Amino acid sequence: MEKDQDKILSDVTTGEYKYGFYSDIEMDRIPKGLSEEVVRIISAKKKEPEWLLDFRLKSYRHWLTMKMPTWANLKIAPINYQEIIFYAAPKERKNLNNVDDIDPELKKTFDKLGIPLEEQKHLAGVAVDAVIDSVSVKTTFKETLAEMGIIFCSFSDAVKEYPDLVKRYMGSVVPYTDNFFATLNSAVFSDGSFCYIPKGVRCPMELSTYFRINSANTGQFERTLLIADEESYVSYLEGCTAPSRDENQLHAAIVEIVAEKNAEVKYSTVQNWYPGDKEGKGGVFNFVTKRGMCKGENSKISWTQIETGSAITWKYPSCILRGDNSTGEFYSVAVTNNYQQADTGTKMTHIGKNTKSTIVSKGISAGHGQNSYRGLVKVLKNASNARNYSQCDSLLLGDKCGAHTFPYLEVDNQTAIVEHEATTSKIGEDQIFYCNQRGISTEDAIGLIVNGYAREVINKLPMEFAVEAQKLLQISLEGSVG
Amino acid sequence: MLIINNLKASIEGKSILKGISLEVKPGEIHAIMGPNGSGKSTLAAVLAGREFVEVTEGTVSYLGKNLLEMAAEDRAKEGIFLGFQYPIEIPGVSMVNFMKTAVNEHRKHKGLEPLSASDFLKMMRDKKELVEIDSKLANRSVNEGFSGGEKKKNEIFQMAMLEPKLAILDETDSGLDIDALRIVANGVNKLKRPDNSFIVITHYQRLLDYIIPDVVHVLYDGRIVKTAGKELAIELEEKGYDWIKKEVENNVIA
Ligand SMILES: Nc1ncnc2c1ncn2[C@@H]1O[C@H](COP(=O)(O)OP(=O)(O)OP(=O)(O)O)[C@@H](O)[C@H]1O
Ligand SMILES: [Mg+2]
Repeated sequence: MEKDQDKILSDVTTGEYKYGFYSDIEMDRIPKGLSEEVVRIISAKKKEPEWLLDFRLKSYRHWLTMKMPTWANLKIAPINYQEIIFYAAPKERKNLNNVDDIDPELKKTFDKLGIPLEEQKHLAGVAVDAVIDSVSVKTTFKETLAEMGIIFCSFSDAVKEYPDLVKRYMGSVVPYTDNFFATLNSAVFSDGSFCYIPKGVRCPMELSTYFRINSANTGQFERTLLIADEESYVSYLEGCTAPSRDENQLHAAIVEIVAEKNAEVKYSTVQNWYPGDKEGKGGVFNFVTKRGMCKGENSKISWTQIETGSAITWKYPSCILRGDNSTGEFYSVAVTNNYQQADTGTKMTHIGKNTKSTIVSKGISAGHGQNSYRGLVKVLKNASNARNYSQCDSLLLGDKCGAHTFPYLEVDNQTAIVEHEATTSKIGEDQIFYCNQRGISTEDAIGLIVNGYAREVINKLPMEFAVEAQKLLQISLEGSVG
Repeated sequence: MLIINNLKASIEGKSILKGISLEVKPGEIHAIMGPNGSGKSTLAAVLAGREFVEVTEGTVSYLGKNLLEMAAEDRAKEGIFLGFQYPIEIPGVSMVNFMKTAVNEHRKHKGLEPLSASDFLKMMRDKKELVEIDSKLANRSVNEGFSGGEKKKNEIFQMAMLEPKLAILDETDSGLDIDALRIVANGVNKLKRPDNSFIVITHYQRLLDYIIPDVVHVLYDGRIVKTAGKELAIELEEKGYDWIKKEVENNVIA
């Protein structure tokens, strides 16, 4: 760890987005635009059962009645849904149990991203599901996990192989009517990961999904469903990147988590979609609905997110604390540099008795970045002895950026204890000079200071990814001072 | 080692240093005294490479190089250390991580491999002992919540870690209790070698009881108005600065 930190601090030499390349992979794309016909085509391409097509159509018809929400503290250019391609997949997808069956260009892509698809080459103890544009191309360690009864596969495969589980849980945490982007996703979702941890099983490795947008003018609408049955445990991580392009690309995902009695789920995100260039041109619009249900008593769901990418981030990973004594956590670092905007936070809904939630949000703004924390802590009437602790810190680099906090409270039970703390600070020239005087360059000093500031959150990430996240934080702030 | 020639500098257009000349040879300890606001910290800031001080005239050569052309971090890596009059707090950054980054930057500059974690921790232990700093301080964030005296001791600790060729200590003795003063002074004396030099900025003769200077300068209104041996410090302690101010005024008239 110590050694890796040195590497991070010496490694970094350029401020460019490193994942902005495009791979020339043979793709199967449908014409751009959105209609009932398109929804049917997507479903047909994926050879879906009738009930799923019905779900999509119902969602699509509902979506037509909805308007894009405007309450977020974001300036969003109008999105023309008729200009977006809603389905793109690498061609000729055979049953890929063998790595050699994968398009070499595709394999190269993931190698370049540091995500080798060969199991033996991969980080020890991490299973990967790789999703490119609209489909999952490879899931590693499937067999090893299957021996313990763990299901880890693409969402599409789950629909085919475990329809009962999908039917039972899909939409149970995020209903198709939930919000504009969730409803859109419910109509056109492409692929994502599915994960089921059976009763009493502690998943022995990190599960991770790696999302990559590759094609131009294509939206990504993934859907992830994670179910932790009674007494089980799983730690899950997702990473995201996209090529650099001048136009904005839409990403509207849904993640649903269900934690049964005594189950624990840790969900970590390192989001590094293309953020746009220094003038604010291009970049991914990241509109995501993530929600976990602590269904059983003593269950626990913990969200950790490092958000450094995207032109616009609109995202509120939330917990519904339904089981008695259940716990929800949200740890977040969100960086906005150049012209990036983020409106992110969480919603903790206390329903069961003795439920606890913790919120730690660290916003970092640089350049002309705008960073908003938006959080709601809601304690229902019967949720006696609910506890919440919220801490929202903002760090500013320079004087053209902005930090905003919108903490909301709705408490309907007298026994609740809710605490909120907020701070705003600036990286001072004094701090940077102090580092300079000890031989540390300005870029490294910012990395050090920012990582110190975000440490509480980074420490929540699985070890393998903490180092990656630190590096990312530093890179995404390069060129922001001086 | 260090040759300052007719150095003039200003802050926001206001002239602060008005022509300073000074030579520090290897192995020497120079003390700089002078009333508040006379420009002592400004001189230290110029030497360390603080950008808001604008050098308007003069030259500074350090080990034969033009110091004023070097970036602050390069000066540090070339062996210039500034003990800050007001050390800065960096929340969340552990002393260990901070020092490790600094030490390894210095090593890289010298073409050496970074220290392994265990070698580094051993070095921390040794230096902590050398300067008698409380072990616990090194486990906390850089200067965060340190008392005034603890911050000053921490500067000496960092100096011990980085082994500078030229250390400029800006009032490192201010706010220290008697024991801490002795610790700081001992730290300096233990690090003293024939090939490294110190510039010690202080208001008090008592530090100079422990650290024996070769030369004492008095800085007044941006100029060095008097230079003598260590007895000058004693004289200042007894008589204050008034007589020097008078001398300066008379000189101006004459
Ligand atoms: N950042 C700054 N902006 C404006 N003026 C400054 C700044 N820093 C120093 N000065 C001014 O420069 C002059 C010299 O200050 P300096 O800190 O060098 O004095 P000093 O000799 O170190 O005093 P002390 O003994 O009180 O530490 C003072 O008049 C001070 O107000
Ligand atoms: Mg001073």
